[in-house]
Amino acid sequence: MKSGLYGFLFAMWGLIIIGGGIMVVLLGPFTIQQFGDFHWIIASGLKVTIALILVVIWILILSKLKNWIFKKELNS
Amino acid sequence: MIELIIPAIISCILSFSVVYFTTPPLIKILTKNNFTVKDMNKKESVMVARPGGISIILGILVSEIVLYGFFQLNEILAVIITTTAAFLIGYVDDRKVMGGWFKPVTLAIAALPIIFLGAYDSSLSFPLFGDVQIPILYLGLIIFMIPITGNTINSIDVLNGVASGFMVIASFTLSICLFILGNYEIAIVSLPLAFVSLAFYKYHKIPSKIFPGDSGALTFGAMYGTIAIVGGVEIIAAIALLPAVINSFLFLSSVKRIVEHRQIKGKPVEFTSDFKLKATNDKTAPVTLVRLILANGPLSEKQVGLAIFKLAIFSGILAIITAFMMGVSL
Repeated sequence: MKSGLYGFLFAMWGLIIIGGGIMVVLLGPFTIQQFGDFHWIIASGLKVTIALILVVIWILILSKLKNWIFKKELNS
Repeated sequence: MIELIIPAIISCILSFSVVYFTTPPLIKILTKNNFTVKDMNKKESVMVARPGGISIILGILVSEIVLYGFFQLNEILAVIITTTAAFLIGYVDDRKVMGGWFKPVTLAIAALPIIFLGAYDSSLSFPLFGDVQIPILYLGLIIFMIPITGNTINSIDVLNGVASGFMVIASFTLSICLFILGNYEIAIVSLPLAFVSLAFYKYHKIPSKIFPGDSGALTFGAMYGTIAIVGGVEIIAAIALLPAVINSFLFLSSVKRIVEHRQIKGKPVEFTSDFKLKATNDKTAPVTLVRLILANGPLSEKQVGLAIFKLAIFSGILAIITAFMMGVSL
């Protein structure tokens, strides 16, 4: 079980780094120019929405990973 | 450099000594006034003094006020105010049973001084990829971070010495990372947290003479979160805290709602005849870090604590690797 916990920690670390990459490379430079003075508010709103969707996806991945790692260990 | 070394040494000595010397009389006063709780993990009926948060906050306040005398940074003021507010919130919860909403909501309010004092940088730094500017989103991050770190440390305060021992490892890791990144002043501001935790661990380690209580655990967590924000090391701080984060994640993903631990009916852990800890088969009980550690068989309280410390050291190493990776760009 303990090796599974280390694996889970390592997987979380990897997901944090990949998530950071998506934030910096894709989400950070994202801008909208068509809405006059309000373009930054709309762009920020969209960034927040995408960031929240990413968080939900990350939690789902972690849940699946948790079930996979720990069920595998309990069965062995 | 000497202007940094002297305040660092003074604050470290002060933070350690204040907690080391005030905790024994605090234990006597608390015991005399019947501020004790039963240690549930002991065979005999052992009563332990609580809350130890009083000596913890004293050590933090004395050392941080002295540091403010040297540096006059708004970041130190933010640490002092937010941490003190977290202590008061925890103390209220220690004395009176509050609803599940109380700690998250009030800790979010306790985070506001960080914003009002402007003690933050709205960019989020990631290893390998650089920074991302999130001015509005970052305000939300500050409001969420303090309740999360506070409650995360509170949630691992389940066995003798675990919360303070875990904080020793996580906060020394955070200080090392701040030094690696060249953020020397905030690194010095973070050192008292490590030394306060170390001094408190002497009395909290198995067999505990005092429990930190919610006031102690929230003080630890809120100060850790505030340093992460004012030092611009949010990601590194989260990595160093991963075993505690996993505990909260496992708990929430099995319970599927925000509740106080005392509201959960199913027990994740029970005792063997020789009073070792053993994972239960109760399907209504939440999945926790301790339950997973015990999945392979019963262990003593000391062995479980040691397993948690090993996980904390592993995530500390990952955090230090991440700090080195901050200087590398793809």
